Amino acid sequence: MLKKRIIPCLDIKDGRTVKGISFVNLRDAGDPVELARAYAEQSADELVFLDISATDERRKTLAPLVEKIAAAINIPFTVGGGITTREDVSVLISSGADKVSVNTAAILNPPLIAELADEYGSQCVVVAIDAKLVDGTWVVCTHGGKRVTTLPAISWAREAERLGAGEILLTSVNRDGTGEGFSIDITSAVCNSVNIPVIASGGAGSPEHFREVFAETGCTAALAATLFHYGIIKIPELKDFLLRNNIEVRYSPLARTETWMRERQRIVNKNKNN
Amino acid sequence: MIAILKYNSGNTMSVQVALRRLGHDSVVTSDPEILLKSDRVIIPGVGEARSAMSHLRERGLDSLILSLKQPVLGICLGLQLMCSRSEENDTECLGIFDAVVRRFPPDERVPHMGWNNFESLSGTPLLKGLEPDDDLYYVHSYYAELNSDTKAICNYILPFPAAMQRDNFHAVQFHPEKSAEAGARLLKNFLEL
Repeated sequence: MLKKRIIPCLDIKDGRTVKGISFVNLRDAGDPVELARAYAEQSADELVFLDISATDERRKTLAPLVEKIAAAINIPFTVGGGITTREDVSVLISSGADKVSVNTAAILNPPLIAELADEYGSQCVVVAIDAKLVDGTWVVCTHGGKRVTTLPAISWAREAERLGAGEILLTSVNRDGTGEGFSIDITSAVCNSVNIPVIASGGAGSPEHFREVFAETGCTAALAATLFHYGIIKIPELKDFLLRNNIEVRYSPLARTETWMRERQRIVNKNKNN
Repeated sequence: MIAILKYNSGNTMSVQVALRRLGHDSVVTSDPEILLKSDRVIIPGVGEARSAMSHLRERGLDSLILSLKQPVLGICLGLQLMCSRSEENDTECLGIFDAVVRRFPPDERVPHMGWNNFESLSGTPLLKGLEPDDDLYYVHSYYAELNSDTKAICNYILPFPAAMQRDNFHAVQFHPEKSAEAGARLLKNFLEL
């Protein structure tokens, strides 16, 4: 069975992670490579790196960093933030990124999605959608959630799929950073409107929030940042919780616990009996 | 020497760094002499079947691949190119495996993207040490039909070969280079064949 993916997101600024972390003993908690390796060892299923540098220097720091990450980790990773051209993407993919995530640039220039899909394949192209509930309608925001457009999130998700996006990273701007849980309604609506995988993002504050979004929507992955960085939830513990609640997740052989063995067997038996 | 086939598709860098993590250097090449002389050949793959096959044919790499006697490993699109034909832009492929490559049915969530385990697993040295519970990373919209060379089956929407083998030709639909410890185990097995 295809497992639900747990994806930590790391914010990068000038080649360093912005938020520190407190859950593992790292020599340098600001080093994205070291942090990425720690998450991979804890059985994170993928990683997302979001470059939030505002300077023109970003390209110079990002590509060498992506190369180092690619050499250090053995799970897939997506790089996003400020990507506007094919050239930006070319540098990141040839440096070892598995996927790139485009947001504002795709809204301002939708044919970019098709260009990228043609050149690198749909599986490389993640369209990030920042959705905000305004007067009862979920609309798309640009520029890191700061500017609200009139574009409905659901029609934009459909359009992104039509243009060749391979995956949608859907963030609820209303919930982002609140710890109140994922927005179930918009996540569910987008999942029901497209046939590509959807990553739920924004609002994760407890293991129960992950269970809820996986059980009640068609999303195949859920992303969080603060929660993981500050060790509020450790990934193996989150996965134990999900498995106990009948959500199938992957464990790395290193992280397989007795709980995992027992719960896995219970689910296999349950599926057999059904 | 391990040769990674250089052609117009492929995530050659991920494969190369995965081999380096196992302590092996490799060369990314389309040079027939190097390919023929190397101990192992890997055909990586992310991309589209038709343009990949035209690229191989124009350079005579299609017949070269068929003549290889050392262990060869096709990954993802690499596996699909080793089949007889692909529905992706109706492409004639290499014909090593007697199987047609089809697209997952419409109205299903595609690509099949993420970690999936084996539904069944039969003996092949490539999969030594792997268990049915081991999850590996997949990302694909096309799959090969089940055939007599199938060595492991994955299930997404329908059952399809996760791994195939015929003589010295091995192929996997998942990406071992991105599949954490289980993927590294498989690559190590390939190097030890």
